[in-house]
Amino acid sequence: MSVPAALGDPADPLHIALVGSPNAGKTTLFNALTGARAKVGNYPGVTVERREGEVRGVARRIRLLDLPGTYSLNPETPDEEIVREVLAGECPNEPVPDALAIVIDGTTLARGLGLVVQVLQARRPTALVVTMIDEVRARGGRLDLGKLSRILGIPVTGVVGHRGVGVADLRGLLERAERWAVPKALPRMDDPEARFAWVDRVATDVGGHSPARDRRTDRIDRVLLHPLSGLLIFALVMLFLFQSIFAWAVPAMDGIDGAFGSLARLSRALLPPGLLTDLWTDGILAGVGAVLVFLPQIVIVFTLIHLLEDVGYMARAAFVVDRVMGWVGLQGRCFVSLLSSYACAIPGMMAARTVASPRDRLATILISPFMTCSARLPLYTLLIAAFVPAKRVFGPLGLQGLVMLGLYLLGALTALGSAALLKSTLLRGKIATFYLELPPYRMPTARLLATQVWRSASAFLKRAGTLILAAAVVLWALLSFPRIPVDPARSVGEQAQAQVQASLAARIGHTLEPVIEPLGFDWKIGVGLVASLAAREVIVATLAQIYAVGDEDDFGGLRDALASDRDPQTGEPSFTLATALALLVFFVFALQCMSTVVVMARETGSWRWPALAFSYMLALAYGASFVTYRLATAFL
Amino acid sequence: MRPLATRASEDSPEPLKGSCRPLSSLPPGLRAHLCRHSRTPVPQRLRDLGFVADTPLVVVRAAPLGDPVEVEIRGYRVCLRRADVSSLCVVPETPA
Repeated sequence: MSVPAALGDPADPLHIALVGSPNAGKTTLFNALTGARAKVGNYPGVTVERREGEVRGVARRIRLLDLPGTYSLNPETPDEEIVREVLAGECPNEPVPDALAIVIDGTTLARGLGLVVQVLQARRPTALVVTMIDEVRARGGRLDLGKLSRILGIPVTGVVGHRGVGVADLRGLLERAERWAVPKALPRMDDPEARFAWVDRVATDVGGHSPARDRRTDRIDRVLLHPLSGLLIFALVMLFLFQSIFAWAVPAMDGIDGAFGSLARLSRALLPPGLLTDLWTDGILAGVGAVLVFLPQIVIVFTLIHLLEDVGYMARAAFVVDRVMGWVGLQGRCFVSLLSSYACAIPGMMAARTVASPRDRLATILISPFMTCSARLPLYTLLIAAFVPAKRVFGPLGLQGLVMLGLYLLGALTALGSAALLKSTLLRGKIATFYLELPPYRMPTARLLATQVWRSASAFLKRAGTLILAAAVVLWALLSFPRIPVDPARSVGEQAQAQVQASLAARIGHTLEPVIEPLGFDWKIGVGLVASLAAREVIVATLAQIYAVGDEDDFGGLRDALASDRDPQTGEPSFTLATALALLVFFVFALQCMSTVVVMARETGSWRWPALAFSYMLALAYGASFVTYRLATAFL
Repeated sequence: MRPLATRASEDSPEPLKGSCRPLSSLPPGLRAHLCRHSRTPVPQRLRDLGFVADTPLVVVRAAPLGDPVEVEIRGYRVCLRRADVSSLCVVPETPA
């Protein structure tokens, strides 16, 4: 393809902005044009994602800006405000686009044209891209795009974004963007009544008025949205999602854990003992394992979420559960994200990307660490088994099970309460109109699904994995320095115990002791708290090391060691039921997970939010543990 | 047909002009069009979405828990919360 001489220097990129409403197929089109290689950043001063990419397969450099979706240029949210500012040339550090490509959904032409009329007032070179033209045809509609182009006075082209139909033509059109017409002056239509009177006329003229409904979708919806069967199916789908994360991810996670354990043992056997070997096995290998162990959950959560999204059920699920989430100021879409957080806050926070409202998304991300993730379970199981008597309370219900249930409820209720608190304080603002569309049901394509899942997984590895690895090495160093000489008289377990007791982490534990003493925690728990910043379940392995139980898998041994530990000065048990309950409550609330902190920073685009969440959760944890310890000492 | 809102009577303490009634009292499936009068000003966003006077619409269904509702207008369907559409009033095409 040759570059026409009329165009400017090909090295000088052309800036084109994509404008359109959410669900119009704008992002699918952006991915098709750029090969899904977006440079993702933030607009200055706001947590609105800025996506830009180079258009591939064109004879010149074209920078495509994927503006946030908007239904109108009278903004209600920070996202929509950005669109208005960019179009008006008022956005700081953002060049005014050379041309605009408006993307509208052909099946909802009238609504799309309402936005088109507003965008045309910007008086820049503009083209109109009509998506889902296959859907229009399938439903017996006939759109006269040529006529639409003549009426609007700008180029109009039709595409089917997810199949790539029409994308080659669109590339050609983008190359000629400088020659797009500046739209002729339409009468000013600031009043929506005048605007839609005009829109209705145009839509009728080009044959875009109401193509027939998709009848299959209507039939399925009668069942899936029925007051009774709708609720039942919703519950079943969510139960399936929840269960599959546990049932399918756990074997894979155990496999990864096991593989890295074997690799560490193999390394120890082959390499000479020493600092470098320790760094390799306990620092780097453990760190890489700590990153990869999240992959099964991320892959499963995202496969299911994208599958439900592609089929069209996700919007229905949001419709069904919206009222409940509305009670705490959130919306239906937040539900799935919070449910995923029960497995792990990391896929949960990443799943919050499907929440369109930035404030609701932020609130969902901030409360997700309160949901009882699977990393808390090892400590919960250990402490409950060691200190809570296995009494029957009511029928088959045991006291141990009730305590476990109580911990889950405590986390969930605190999450919801915190959401309500956030939405009425920090994240307060003009309440945006809730808006949800139920797309027609579609058969998902395996290729699209695989691309989406791969994108989420690789983004996690690239954006969070490296930081998690670095933090794991730092924590290893805290537990391993200063070094003490190897004493051949000690067993491996005793040597490890001596090393931990001499480490920086132990010093931190001792320093912390006066602070955590009111919670009933001694320095040993202090070391465990420091170590558990790597991941909550690490506290179990660390306690095993401190108590020299040897293998962390020796569950019974550790349980007995905790229960029989005595204070060397007083001879009193140093680990009591009150201590155990206080520690459990501490773990319900505290953000003891650096991976969560890292991913939260990545997802919110700022370290301020994880800093806030960490402090808030730590303060809650401290206060609640204190109250628990005092009450338990007084009454139990 | 199941009435859309059980709170309809609370919603409209005073009768509106003619057969104009709150959208929330419109049973699903009944065609209606938006009145020129509304009890409170219609929010800008709804107007930008095409909720302007004389536009025909039909409530398709309510969510299983009663809120939000799905409305068909100008050939597309949208789910809105009752609180957001409380200002809208409609005239049914055939008296209910």
